[in-house]
Amino acid sequence: MTDFMVILISTILVNNFVLVQFLGLCPFMGVSNKLETAIGMGGATTFVLTLAAICSYLVSNYILVPLGLEYLKTISFILVIAVVVQFAKMFIEKTSPLLYRVLGVFLPLITTNCAVLGVALQNSAKAHTFVESTLYGFGAALGFSLVLILFSAMRERLAVADVPTPFKGAAIGMITAGLMSLAFMGFSGLV
Amino acid sequence: MFELLIQNPFLGALVALAGLALVFGAILGYAAVQFKVEGDPIVDQLDNLLPQTQCGQCSFPGCRPYAEAIANGDAINKCPPGGQSTINAIADLLDVEAPTLDEEHGEETEVKTVAYIREDECIGCTKCIQACPMDAILGAAKQMHTVIGDECTGCDLCVEPCPVDCIDMLPVQTTLGDWKWDTPKPSHEALSLKLTNLKLIATDASNPVEKDSTPAGKNSKENGEAA
Repeated sequence: MTDFMVILISTILVNNFVLVQFLGLCPFMGVSNKLETAIGMGGATTFVLTLAAICSYLVSNYILVPLGLEYLKTISFILVIAVVVQFAKMFIEKTSPLLYRVLGVFLPLITTNCAVLGVALQNSAKAHTFVESTLYGFGAALGFSLVLILFSAMRERLAVADVPTPFKGAAIGMITAGLMSLAFMGFSGLV
Repeated sequence: MFELLIQNPFLGALVALAGLALVFGAILGYAAVQFKVEGDPIVDQLDNLLPQTQCGQCSFPGCRPYAEAIANGDAINKCPPGGQSTINAIADLLDVEAPTLDEEHGEETEVKTVAYIREDECIGCTKCIQACPMDAILGAAKQMHTVIGDECTGCDLCVEPCPVDCIDMLPVQTTLGDWKWDTPKPSHEALSLKLTNLKLIATDASNPVEKDSTPAGKNSKENGEAA
């Protein structure tokens, strides 16, 4: 049980995929303009990441390793992720058309979210068990959603703040992301 | 079979990837049938926001066709009866910037109006009855027509076809039933400032309020010198 807590805390805070490992930066900058969209994106990514971690563990351990095909890891993980994202897209389109419209192009773009592939590859590199892989994926997704929501809340306030002209728009966003990253480095002694 | 795959890595790789692709294809195919979306629910939501005057001022035959057109990417600022509040609501739903009303399709009337037929001038031509999208005009050929005030949405469409110009658009009289307090007007100061200068959160930038206070400061300085 302690092991599982350690995995969760380390993926959410200490080794946060966005701010410490710098994976999945594109949706982090792209979908953080509005808090509502960020929450939707966080939910969708959590769904995809957890499912992709589980599926890629199964594919890797029951198909690739017994056949001695470890070198096909990357391509088969990409296949798995693409399928999971497509599935998530259909699911969201059916259950929440509004969220589907709000997420728009960013929903299929979860496929290219490097955090998803990163989780799958790290799971197999660290030889995680099934439960560990699932928790690792879920924790990574929670960490991603957490920083995405925090960041979008800040950007909503920045939108009405009187920012000096050279820093307006994306520039102040980048600086804010850098400061958040610095802050998250502070968690490094936690686990 | 398994031995064969392990001994022939190339065959094994082919079978593994092809098998994966086949299984995933089957799953997606099943999901596509299972999660099939019937109709476009966003159209219903848009239709609910539109004022349902069916006036056709947006150049579509009614509110529902316009809602479908918006869902397919048409401009959202073509509805004069709904006015700015409808545009804002639609922009909020679709998560886009709210544009101002397109003047081409008519102006937003400040006060709500209803049509009124000056009955002694009416010749009973039924042209206004055919034009009315709400069936709010009563009458028959060669008989006097009249407007059912409660049904009229004030869309103006009956004014144009009337050959004797006996239809007036009158502002709706406020009755005891629908009277309400005026909404508070924004202060003059807030109107003259742009949103970016509004002091919504603490910033170190100078704002017009501080600028206004500078002359006062100068005065006090001069006063101090004078003293």
